[in-house]
Amino acid sequence: MSENIVVPTMAEMLAQGKQPEVLFWVGCSGSFDDRAKKITKAFVRILNRANVNFAVLGTEESCTGDPAKRAGNEFLFQMQAMMNIEVLNGYEVGKIVTACPHCFNTIKNEYPELGGKYDVMHHTEFLKSLLDDGRLTIEGGQFKGKRITFHDPCYLGRANNVYEAPRDLIQKLDAELVEMKRSRANGLCCGAGGAQMFKDAEPGNKEINIERTEDAMETKPDIIAAGCPFCNTMMTDGVKIKEKEGSVKVMDIAELIANAQDL
Amino acid sequence: MNYIDNILFAIILCIGIGYFAMNVKKLVRNIKLGNDVNRKDNPSARWKNMAMIALGQSKMIKRPIAGILHIIVYAGFIIINLEVLEIVIDGLFGTHRIFSFLGGLYGFLIGSFEILALLVLVAVIIFWARRNVIKLKRFWNSEMKGWPKNDGNIILYFEIVLMTLFLVMNATDTHFQASNSGNVISQFIAPLFSNYPESTLHIIERTAWWIHISGILVFLNYLYFSKHLHILLAFPNTYFADLNPKGELDNLESVTNEVKLMMDPTADPYAAPANPDAVPAKFGASDVEDLNWVQLLNAYTCTECGRCTSVCPANQTGKKLSPRKIMMDTRDRLEEVGKNIDANKGVFVPDNKSLLNDYITAEELWACTSCNACVEECPVNINPLSIIIDMRRYLVMEQSAAPMSLNAMMSNIENNGAPWQYNQQDRLNWKDEN
Repeated sequence: MSENIVVPTMAEMLAQGKQPEVLFWVGCSGSFDDRAKKITKAFVRILNRANVNFAVLGTEESCTGDPAKRAGNEFLFQMQAMMNIEVLNGYEVGKIVTACPHCFNTIKNEYPELGGKYDVMHHTEFLKSLLDDGRLTIEGGQFKGKRITFHDPCYLGRANNVYEAPRDLIQKLDAELVEMKRSRANGLCCGAGGAQMFKDAEPGNKEINIERTEDAMETKPDIIAAGCPFCNTMMTDGVKIKEKEGSVKVMDIAELIANAQDL
Repeated sequence: MNYIDNILFAIILCIGIGYFAMNVKKLVRNIKLGNDVNRKDNPSARWKNMAMIALGQSKMIKRPIAGILHIIVYAGFIIINLEVLEIVIDGLFGTHRIFSFLGGLYGFLIGSFEILALLVLVAVIIFWARRNVIKLKRFWNSEMKGWPKNDGNIILYFEIVLMTLFLVMNATDTHFQASNSGNVISQFIAPLFSNYPESTLHIIERTAWWIHISGILVFLNYLYFSKHLHILLAFPNTYFADLNPKGELDNLESVTNEVKLMMDPTADPYAAPANPDAVPAKFGASDVEDLNWVQLLNAYTCTECGRCTSVCPANQTGKKLSPRKIMMDTRDRLEEVGKNIDANKGVFVPDNKSLLNDYITAEELWACTSCNACVEECPVNINPLSIIIDMRRYLVMEQSAAPMSLNAMMSNIENNGAPWQYNQQDRLNWKDEN
C-alpha cells in the first residue's frame, strides 16, 4: 500500500519553488510508533485522495517539546520550540495540521509568544473543513450502523475546546455515535498526558487507562475512536487487559475515514 | 441612660468591622508576596467571567443538587443581608424597624426574607446531611480531617443559628406580628411563644436581635480563618483567572532570555552581566513566594468543595495527588509565612520549611496527567495545575530531581529530537514501510 502514498517534503517543495497549502506536522508518535504510523499513513491517504497540496518536514522535524515542558523542563522545551520555529519560519509556513493533540496544543498556544505564529488545526478539524468545502466525501462503508464511542483527548477537548469536529466525522460514517458517561468537557484522561506516557504511574490502586476503558466498555462499542496517538495506545492497552481485543477495536478518526473508503 | 444600648452597639460594630479590616489588610499583603503576573488585559471578558461564574454561579449548577441548594444559600445570604442595614440603623439610632414606614413594600421585603430564611435552613440541613450522614466521598478525603472538616460544619451551624434567630426575632416582635404583614413564616412560630407575657416576649425579641447582629459580626470575622472566605474572593478570583486556552502553559521569560543567549552566535559568553548585583532568577516554585499572586489568591479562594479532586484521574485511581490538597497546602503555607512575618516585625525569617516537601511531596506532583479536569471543574476558576507545573519546574530545573524514566525521555529529546531513542534521520522512514 505504501507505494501508493505521496509524501512530499518541504525541502523538495522549496527546491521546486513550490509552497504547499498546509504543512502536515507528523509528530514523534506518528513518525516512530508502529501503531501511530498507521494513523499517519491513513491520514496521508486521505490527503492524497482529496488532492491536498501538503508537505512534511521529514528529517527536519523535531519534538515540539511538549513532554519536556509538562515534565517541568522549560529549558529543553524552549530550545526545541525555538529550533522548530526557526525551521518553520524558514519555510514561511502558514498553516499546520497535525494528528497529535499535544503537538497541536503546543504549536498553537505556546509557540506564538516565542515567535512561531501559524494557523494550526487538528486533523479532525482539517478533515471536517475538507468535507465542508466539498473536497472530501465520506461514506459509511464497513462502519455503517456500527456503535462507535469517541474518547475526547484532553489536549483537544478541555485544553482547546474542540469537541464537535471528531463527532461530526463519525456521524458522517452513518455510524451510531454512543457517548460515554464522562465525555466532552467531563471526559476522563487516558492517563498519558503531562509526560505520564514516558514513566510508570505513581503508586495507586488502579491504572487510569483501565478506568477509562471501563467507561468506554459501558457503551458496548464496536469501536473506540480516538484522536490522539497516546490515547490510542492507552485505550488499546486497556482493551487488551480487558481481553476484548477480539470484539472492540481502537481506531483513530483518520483510520475510520480512510478504511471506510477502502483507501 | 437610654443611649447605653446604642453606644454598646456602636462599639461592637466598630470592633467587628475593625478586626475584619485588619485581617483583610493581612490577606492582601500575603497575596502580594507572590510574583507579578499581568491579568489586566481584556477587561470585558474578565467582567463577563465574574458576572457569569461568581455572580451567576454558572459552574455551580454543573452538579444540579449541590448547585441549586448553593444558589438558595447564596441568594439568601445576599438578600437577607439587606435586613442587616435596618438592624445597623436601628442599633445606632435606637429606632425600631426604621424601614417599616414603607408599609406594604416593607411587608413584602420581610416576607421574602422569611421565605428565604426557611429555604436556607432547609438547604443548610441538607448540606449538613451530605457531609455527615450521606458522607459524600469528596468530603472524606484524607485532607479533610481536623480543621477543614470542622470548618465545613461550623459554617453550617452558624447559618442555622442565624436564620433561626432571624425568624424568632420576627416571631416575638408583637408589633410586627400585629401588623400581620410580611410575617409569612414567623406567624407559624409565634404561637409557640403565645403563653409568655409581653415583657418576656420583648426580652426574647431583643436577645434574638442582639445575638443575630453579633453573630453576623462574628461570622464576618470568622471568614478570614475559614474556607468561607470564598464568598468574597470568588469575585476577584474569577476576574483575574487565566483567559488563555486551558492547554496553554506560560513560557518562562527567565528561560527565554537564557535560551536566546545560548542560540545567539554573536553572544559573548565571557561578557560581564549587565547588572552584576542581580540575583539569578529561580526556575519554578519551591515555596509560596515563588508562585504568582493569582495562584496565592486562588489558594485563599478555595472553599474545599473537592469537585477538582473528585474528577482528578490520578486521585480516582488511588494516587496521592489531590488538587484540593494542593490549594489547601498553598494557603496553609502562605498563612504560616504571613504569621512568621507578623512575628518578626514585617520581615520573613527563614524557618527551614517550604511548600515543597513540608506540604506537597514530589510523589503528588508526579502523579498529575495535566488533563485540566480540575481546572474545568472548579466553580470559581481556580487553577491547581499551574502550581503543579511550577513545582515540577523547580524539581527538574533547580534540583534535577525528575523520575529516572523522565530523565531518559528528556535526554532522548535533547539528543535525537524525540522522546524515544530513534534517530532524527529516520523520521520519514514510515513513508516507505509496509
